[in-house]
Amino acid sequence: MQKGDFSKDFVEKIAQDEPQWMRERRLEAYALYESLPMPHTTEDDTWRRTVDMRTQDYWRRTRRHLRGFAVDNYRPTIGQNGDTSVEVPKDSEDAAGVILQLDGQHQHTSLSAELEKQDVYFADLHTALKERDELLRDYFMTKAVTLETTLKSGNIATSNKFDALHGAFWQGGYVLHVPKGIRVEVPLRVYIRLSEEQHADLSHILVIAEENSQVVILEDNLSTNQEAGGLHSGAVEIFAGQNANVTYVQVQNWNRQVWNFASHRAMVSKDAKLCWVTATFGGRLNKLNQAIVLEGNGANAQMLGLAFTDARQHLDVSTAQEHVSPHTFSDLLYRTVLKDRSQTAWGGNIYVYPEANYTDAYQKNDNLLLSERAHADTLPGLEIQAHEVRCTHGATAGKIDTDQVFYLMSRGLSYAQAEKLIVDGFFEPVMERVPMESVREELQEFVSRKLET
Amino acid sequence: MCNDLIIQDLHVSVQGNPIIKGLNLTVKQGEVHALMGPNGSGKSTLAKGLMGHPFYEIDSGEVIFNDVDVLELEPNERAKLGLFLAFQYPTAIPGVSLANFLRIAASAVRSAETNGSENNELIPMREFRKELRAKMTQLGVDDSFARRYLNDGFSGGEMKRAEILQLAMLEPKIAILDETDSGLDIDAVRIVGESVSSLVGPELGVLIITHYPRLLDYIRPQFVHILLDGRIVESGGWELTQVLEAEGYDPMREKYGIAETVQENTI
Repeated sequence: MQKGDFSKDFVEKIAQDEPQWMRERRLEAYALYESLPMPHTTEDDTWRRTVDMRTQDYWRRTRRHLRGFAVDNYRPTIGQNGDTSVEVPKDSEDAAGVILQLDGQHQHTSLSAELEKQDVYFADLHTALKERDELLRDYFMTKAVTLETTLKSGNIATSNKFDALHGAFWQGGYVLHVPKGIRVEVPLRVYIRLSEEQHADLSHILVIAEENSQVVILEDNLSTNQEAGGLHSGAVEIFAGQNANVTYVQVQNWNRQVWNFASHRAMVSKDAKLCWVTATFGGRLNKLNQAIVLEGNGANAQMLGLAFTDARQHLDVSTAQEHVSPHTFSDLLYRTVLKDRSQTAWGGNIYVYPEANYTDAYQKNDNLLLSERAHADTLPGLEIQAHEVRCTHGATAGKIDTDQVFYLMSRGLSYAQAEKLIVDGFFEPVMERVPMESVREELQEFVSRKLET
Repeated sequence: MCNDLIIQDLHVSVQGNPIIKGLNLTVKQGEVHALMGPNGSGKSTLAKGLMGHPFYEIDSGEVIFNDVDVLELEPNERAKLGLFLAFQYPTAIPGVSLANFLRIAASAVRSAETNGSENNELIPMREFRKELRAKMTQLGVDDSFARRYLNDGFSGGEMKRAEILQLAMLEPKIAILDETDSGLDIDAVRIVGESVSSLVGPELGVLIITHYPRLLDYIRPQFVHILLDGRIVESGGWELTQVLEAEGYDPMREKYGIAETVQENTI
């Protein structure tokens, strides 16, 4: 394995064995990355709660801190990782397919014989570049996560800085392609790990579920070393074809030293169903952009978010529910618990395009603050251009309720037990919609650990 | 160990306003007491103060239970000693099933009984379920109750029955019932009254706080106390309820020179 840096030379080095088109895309992304400043102004609204705005009074109290970040502190890599100490976790035993990745480098892939026979394709992205050139050329950063976001002013959004970084230096990640009509009943599991100091994970995830297919992916991202600083700059692209049924669960539990930047975008076709669960526990600073695009009539998407921050963690999530076609449905529920001095910002928008009549869209963000020093900003939003729509949105932020604590304690529960029960109850509306028992248990476990520290 | 609840010269205030002004009362295990008083007399303040709600300030006095002054203890420690409060307005805990909560509560209270130390070990699921089902049958509570979120969307009657179910499961030595009959129709009062009555015995002392004698038709108290303006002005037997039924509180107010108070502070 060879360590590099975020330079043009290293882009060339990464691309040397790749198809020409990929090399070009990388260089194009690099050029954009070079030309853009770090997000720093209020012009790009989705970043204003994360960039350091200490010069402006309103934000002074909140100590936002992108300022401590320098990309040059981290090292992208190429080549095989010599460290084979990280094993495939036991809970993968029942999975139909498994991918394990460490420090940006692929370690292990398996896929059941049955799925192989059905032409399900599941591989790390580098292998896929060799084996599925056309598929990748068609989908890779062309339709979902792209580098084309511009602001109302006509300027290119500085938020693209990280997408461009990703586009230029991406390493690792995987592609899952489920052919037409194939219904995969058993979940596939992905484990993405960071272990070494200074390492960068630039995973790119591509899920393509063709017409009438079905698939469940459970992915977790975590640090095996709790002290090592790291960088994650990732992208997730999901395509749910006509009448497909896709469930994608991502659990993020990086350590508190990892800077986490990601753009996730899903395209939902006619009559397709997407259930998308994003759980966030880790990271030093998290900036996540997550969007669903309801492209075809009858498209249906659920976005479920569960987050628990503590210490001085910062979590900033921007979500978009884009209703492009008529008769589309989306339902977002994000629930966050905050401890200590952690800070979160959630800004969500429902966009209803002029043609998208009979849109039915929901959006709800609730925050539970366990400490006086925690701070949650929540900004729901609607932009409706069609006439026949039903949209509801809401947001709440509140401290833990004294009467609830008293009631539970009067029954013999300690403060810690009462707090845990209230937190569990707060997450329950999200949990009960999480499709798998095993995932619910894993999430419960992470929640409990957060409460104990 | 003495399982009597002994309240001595208790003074409680809410946001600086004195509400309980020197109250004395002893409830022994196995006894049923009724504390009656009009709105604003301090009934709920007494109940929440005894259980340790942080909003209610204890200005002076003692509450001795199990040989310790419980006023020094956290609400959960009071519960572990065997004190129970059935709330007038039970708090909803969305997302938490009654069964799940009650298993944790019963485990906490019982571990205290057996070894007195902190112990988070839960009663085995099967054992707990069996017991819960038996208690629910005994009290005529529907099975679906166990899975519902605690007090969330419960009707008035359901909330009170859930309180009594908790009382049955936690097996306290002294239970305070804070206006358990309020907001209930006649049938619901009967059901709740009969349920409580079925739990009363030598192991349980009960303090029923109410301003109507209605509930008392089902649970006959041996002792009746009249609370006016934060003090017990008269104590007696069943006959006192008859006096109140016939005359209301006004003659009593006149007798003790207490003006009618405005609506009680509810928090």
